[in-house]
Amino acid sequence: MRTARFFIAPVTAAALALSLGACGSGGGGSDDATIKVAYQKFGNFTQADELFKDVKVDFEEANPGVTVELVPIEAQQNDYFTKLALMNRSPSTAPDVMYEDTYMIKSDVEAGYLAPLDDYLAEWDEWDQFVDSAKEAGAGDDGKTYGVSMGTDTRGLWFNKDVLAKAGLPEDWAPKSWDELLEAARAIKESDPDVVPFNMYSGKPQGEAAVMQGFEMLLYGTGDTLYEDGKWVLGSQGFIESLEFIETVFTEGLAPTPQQALDTNIGNTVQAEWLPEGKVGIALDGSWVAGNWLESGVAPWPEWSEKMGTAPMPTQDGQEPGAVSMSGGWTLAMGAGSENPDAAFEFISMALNRENSLWFDVANSQIAVRTDVAEDPEYTESNPTTEFFTDLVDVTHFRPATSDYPKVSNEIMVAMESVMTGQQTPEEAAAVYDEAVAGIVGDENTIQG
Amino acid sequence: MAVTSRGAARVVPLAPAVVLLALFMLGPVVWSFYGSFTNAALTGPAALNPEWIGFDNYTALFGDPNFPKSLWLTVVFLFLSAVVGQNVMGILLAGLLRSAVKPVRSIASTVVVAAWVLPEIVAAFAAYAFFHTEGTLNTMLAGVGIAGHDWLYSTPMLAVILANIWRGTAFSMMVYSAALAEVPPELTEAAQLDGANGLQRLAWVTLPVIRRSISTNLMLTTLQTLSVFTLIYVMTGGGPGTDSSTLPILAYQEAFKFAQVGYGTAIATVMIIVGAVFSVIYIRALRPEVD
Repeated sequence: MRTARFFIAPVTAAALALSLGACGSGGGGSDDATIKVAYQKFGNFTQADELFKDVKVDFEEANPGVTVELVPIEAQQNDYFTKLALMNRSPSTAPDVMYEDTYMIKSDVEAGYLAPLDDYLAEWDEWDQFVDSAKEAGAGDDGKTYGVSMGTDTRGLWFNKDVLAKAGLPEDWAPKSWDELLEAARAIKESDPDVVPFNMYSGKPQGEAAVMQGFEMLLYGTGDTLYEDGKWVLGSQGFIESLEFIETVFTEGLAPTPQQALDTNIGNTVQAEWLPEGKVGIALDGSWVAGNWLESGVAPWPEWSEKMGTAPMPTQDGQEPGAVSMSGGWTLAMGAGSENPDAAFEFISMALNRENSLWFDVANSQIAVRTDVAEDPEYTESNPTTEFFTDLVDVTHFRPATSDYPKVSNEIMVAMESVMTGQQTPEEAAAVYDEAVAGIVGDENTIQG
Repeated sequence: MAVTSRGAARVVPLAPAVVLLALFMLGPVVWSFYGSFTNAALTGPAALNPEWIGFDNYTALFGDPNFPKSLWLTVVFLFLSAVVGQNVMGILLAGLLRSAVKPVRSIASTVVVAAWVLPEIVAAFAAYAFFHTEGTLNTMLAGVGIAGHDWLYSTPMLAVILANIWRGTAFSMMVYSAALAEVPPELTEAAQLDGANGLQRLAWVTLPVIRRSISTNLMLTTLQTLSVFTLIYVMTGGGPGTDSSTLPILAYQEAFKFAQVGYGTAIATVMIIVGAVFSVIYIRALRPEVD
């Protein structure tokens, strides 16, 4: 009885420890004739699933004896990275091919999850179709290429013309500064209090979407930056003022209520319901949003091209170049432990050949990274916003290309959430961020902004 | 010689149990201690080669403003939902049901036990639907003309504490029903003859008799509540901000959302220590005397 008591005490608490500790183990190998393809399938994002289902059929026909096992991971973005990382840690679950965000590549290369593709790419006659920025996006810190780009994206303002008209704003509305954006949002609120004037993603549940579509679209328009000449910028005025913008929209009721904004599903709701139904006026979002409304999307909306307008996100006070955008994109990468690397690359090259890239870029409203796709009339005419979002490439920024970025990004989410919920002032949240980043990258890798 | 062989004869039958306990209970604890001294991560260089970093995780943890808050929320959650809520409600219900008529007793205990029988995830969704801004509770309040309240957002701790009391009370009620049935009626009758009123009989006769059940029950409910994760995660996700991030939620967030497994394990280790401290307190405070 004494022994039992001694053991019972720590056991319940240890359950969590067990699950934490257990992720390193595993064993066994996969069947020689099987390649495992892991990708995200969540909410409105079903295009990758459709693509891989089609490619699986073609691939198995062309390669008898090799089976493609599709592993769709139904999880929100950051949970997807976690599940993918857990799969990669055990040889028995590690995928041969994975759908990988460009910003995770450097970090996952250092974790030993990805295999370099240079030898295969050198022999792939279609590789020269990819633009240089797309090739760079798939590179690790060692200069080798680890991911083949599926498409890139830019970000800007979407607005529902009906909602803006009601508030007395023109069809070709284009704000020149944050103040003009806020004025428009206030006008919408006044004209119809039931409408959410302005949506931006914010807080931990939205993960990288909050950081990239939300915070960085603000910060990179202030003239400040996250990362400069190999150092992380701390204590910049632009960082605090970006948080102040978030504070303004959430405390003035110009954005969704914090409880709506912290709902994991808000991205799906905004894109598939609120924008089409005129429940949101302006949305700061990605170029791919129109993919929801195409016939192939989850929420087809034939009138979208007449009802929806687009405008570039302005810089803070309209300073040069007047607009700001962020670009990312996803790649296909090969698992480091793949027992069938030849078949895995074969699958990647088939999934991203001209025909399939064209299909994916159109269906998911991506900006093409293959020259032959970008010139194809089917692509250029697919979507009236393609030209607008492609032109934003001129003012676009990329996230810091370092393996520490995903960790720093987490700290930005934390700062956003504590400001939007009123738990900290922008100055306090920025101070917490500065301290956390210094802890992650080391004081010697930071500079004062 | 005789002593040694008798000792061995006693140990042999215990050996399988000890081995199992060591493997499945002590093992994870030791592993957790070990992991908390490394920088194990899900991505980046530390995922490939975790390094021994000494007390760095603990230094960072104790310097993190979220940690004291999380520890405090955990203690509040433990104290209000387990120690006070489940135990007091459990003993009250057990006492009331003893004197209730049979149909009332069966219906009431079925309702209470239903919450316990539900799988945790189902109970969590039910509580979420109940406390949600457009949920059952606010709809009922609106029905009688009272304005609703956004429970999960404005008072997340209150919501999860009430939900945990609802879910866990059945366990305490069953433990106390059994304990009260064992109180010899002649003791309470004798006290009654001596002029003790109801409250005095409870305080001086019934409670001392069932004190070992109280101790066991307190320990079990405390340890169950310490590790409650699903209920809080489904209802509030630990938010808004960190307003309902108890230690298990914080550990999950650091380990799996932010990929810092070593740091998350350090938090889990702190939970083990908190649990052990509570157990020692209960065992000491309610140590059964010889009787």
